[in-house]
Amino acid sequence: MNEVRRLLPDRHTVSHPASPERLRERGFDQALAKAMAMSSEAIIAEIIASGIKGRGGAAFPTGLKWSSVNKAAGQTKYVVMNADESELGTFKDRVLLEEDPLGALVGLLIAAHAVGARKAFCYIRGEYREVEHRLARALDILQQEGWGGPDAVDVEIRRGAGAYIAGEETALFNSIEGKRPEPRVKPPFPTNKGLWGSPTLIQNVETLANVAVLFAHDAAWFTQYGTKDTAGTKLIALSGHIQHPGVYEVPFGMPLADILHAPDLGGSLAGSGRLGAVLLGGAAGTFLSPDEVATSRLDYASLGAVGASIGSGAVMVFDDTVDLQWVLTKLARFFAEESCGQCVPCRIGTQRIMEIAEQGNLWTRNQDLRALSQAMRDASICGLGQTAPLALLSILDRPGLRRDA
Amino acid sequence: MGNSVTLMIDGQSVTVAEGTTLRAACDQAEHVVPTLCWHENLTPANACRACVVEVKGSRTLVASCSRVAEDGMDVQTASERVLNARQVVAELLLSVSDAKLAPDLLHLAEMSSADPVRFTGGATWAQPVRQDNNLYVRDLSKCILCYRCVQACGDDAQNTFAIAVAGRGFGAHIDAGFGRDLPESDCVYCGNCVAVCPTGALMGKTEWDLRQQGQWDESRITQTETICSYCGVGCELDLHVMDNQIVKVTSPQDHPVTHGMLCVKGRYGYDFVQSEDHH
Repeated sequence: MNEVRRLLPDRHTVSHPASPERLRERGFDQALAKAMAMSSEAIIAEIIASGIKGRGGAAFPTGLKWSSVNKAAGQTKYVVMNADESELGTFKDRVLLEEDPLGALVGLLIAAHAVGARKAFCYIRGEYREVEHRLARALDILQQEGWGGPDAVDVEIRRGAGAYIAGEETALFNSIEGKRPEPRVKPPFPTNKGLWGSPTLIQNVETLANVAVLFAHDAAWFTQYGTKDTAGTKLIALSGHIQHPGVYEVPFGMPLADILHAPDLGGSLAGSGRLGAVLLGGAAGTFLSPDEVATSRLDYASLGAVGASIGSGAVMVFDDTVDLQWVLTKLARFFAEESCGQCVPCRIGTQRIMEIAEQGNLWTRNQDLRALSQAMRDASICGLGQTAPLALLSILDRPGLRRDA
Repeated sequence: MGNSVTLMIDGQSVTVAEGTTLRAACDQAEHVVPTLCWHENLTPANACRACVVEVKGSRTLVASCSRVAEDGMDVQTASERVLNARQVVAELLLSVSDAKLAPDLLHLAEMSSADPVRFTGGATWAQPVRQDNNLYVRDLSKCILCYRCVQACGDDAQNTFAIAVAGRGFGAHIDAGFGRDLPESDCVYCGNCVAVCPTGALMGKTEWDLRQQGQWDESRITQTETICSYCGVGCELDLHVMDNQIVKVTSPQDHPVTHGMLCVKGRYGYDFVQSEDHH
């Protein structure tokens, strides 16, 4: 067996995902009881010992972030669950919240306790209406089980309105505040000035679910899986030319080839059966060649060596019949439509890349595109504009992946 | 006096007061960085990215208009990455907007050796001029979305909030709400948006009409300093006069009362001066 079930409940779990029975079956009631009896410092020490890194894409050390918010000056602090999952090819938070909504919520309550926040928000993608209903029901269960009340953390669910950019943490704050979701300039960072200018801890759904399972067990248990650098497991959203697309939980360090081929994971390639490329990390990710896929592991160091990252955990598989210029055109259209329009490099740059792609000139305008991409990476305000050209650059750097040559 | 910080700018040690932005520190070191959206009396919008500099240890370039100088920072104002970003910003804006009345953008293009046609051929912001009132004209094909007008209308000066950015991506634009004409909007015609516009996208009606007729001639315009006669606030006015006719009214950006901002009466209520029948 290659698949691990920690964040996702194991296959023998029978209770309803949003029920008191599930809370107990997963050990989350004990996790909450344990954490609430601990000091902020003890909780944060446990997070640091576990080595959890943020699962939204940036892989920032979670314990360090909690410590920053805990130490930040200010009476009022907030915690936020970022469930605005909108990256292309990324659907792991959706499955996680459907299958085990209590986990991420328990992580959120532990986070609030650790940093001294009395108010929490769950910001969920607008299209995830059914997931939102389940999340709301799970929240009710927690309150009925005694984790609510006048002294507890007030948790509010907020629904996005269809903008990918609202998943960027500072744009998300603006959205919660009722403003246009434009990213803010950093610094100041959210740990010091987030929602309404107060210190704010914002974490991806999967990160918070990791916290819940950590406190249902302990750091020694947590680090049984993973690598020396990155402990634990990662949710992978597998799609494209693959026999068994879907969301899988695997330990960090797993060979990418196993993710594609293991019988209990991807099964094997679909389509022509011959691998063309893998887009790792979503629309803002990197195309890997078949050779790179064969030699890389799901870990930051291994992927860093080929200029890639795990990102959100999206793994999109393309067989050797796919014209990647067509894929790049789709990605370019996505970014052009989802740019907020605030800064020049992203507002006009994403438009120009889309136009050049639609004209079929991506290969002939290599030099112009490299200059434009560099300016977008260097000078855009937020991660959207900074990463929008990455998939394109990865193909410019790997001319062997072009089908139309 | 507060504390000071010392940083390196292009290899030169510079000491500035705590809280000084990198842009101001670069000015002090006489390594001036170009700006488009920055304005001395407005909160930095960070939008144009023309003022980016390279700070050692920072993954991306940083906007010098808003980033505050820190002790020990090592700043490059003309590194390869900075020069490329400036050039591309200029080229992208030139490919979209009509820059002929945008001196700051033309300066940026020149200093960065921008190729004005490198990114042309795609969508532009060409659109019809909107003349829906008697005081100012909106030619948004000249707009570079610098946000200055939004801030002047908002909490940096007027607190009217009649205009904001609407739409997204390439379709983001300045809007008076649901695409309305100004008379249907919350606009109070203070003209502070016009005063801070760096591209001529917003222009007083008198100037607009004279330009359309080919009559506008900067060399024939003189400026006369006076105090607004309407109320007791004491706003200083600069009357721009051509052929003995007032053609525009502004206020100095460094005036302690106005900071360059006026109200509708001070900015546009000057017809009476030239009225034949006033006594």
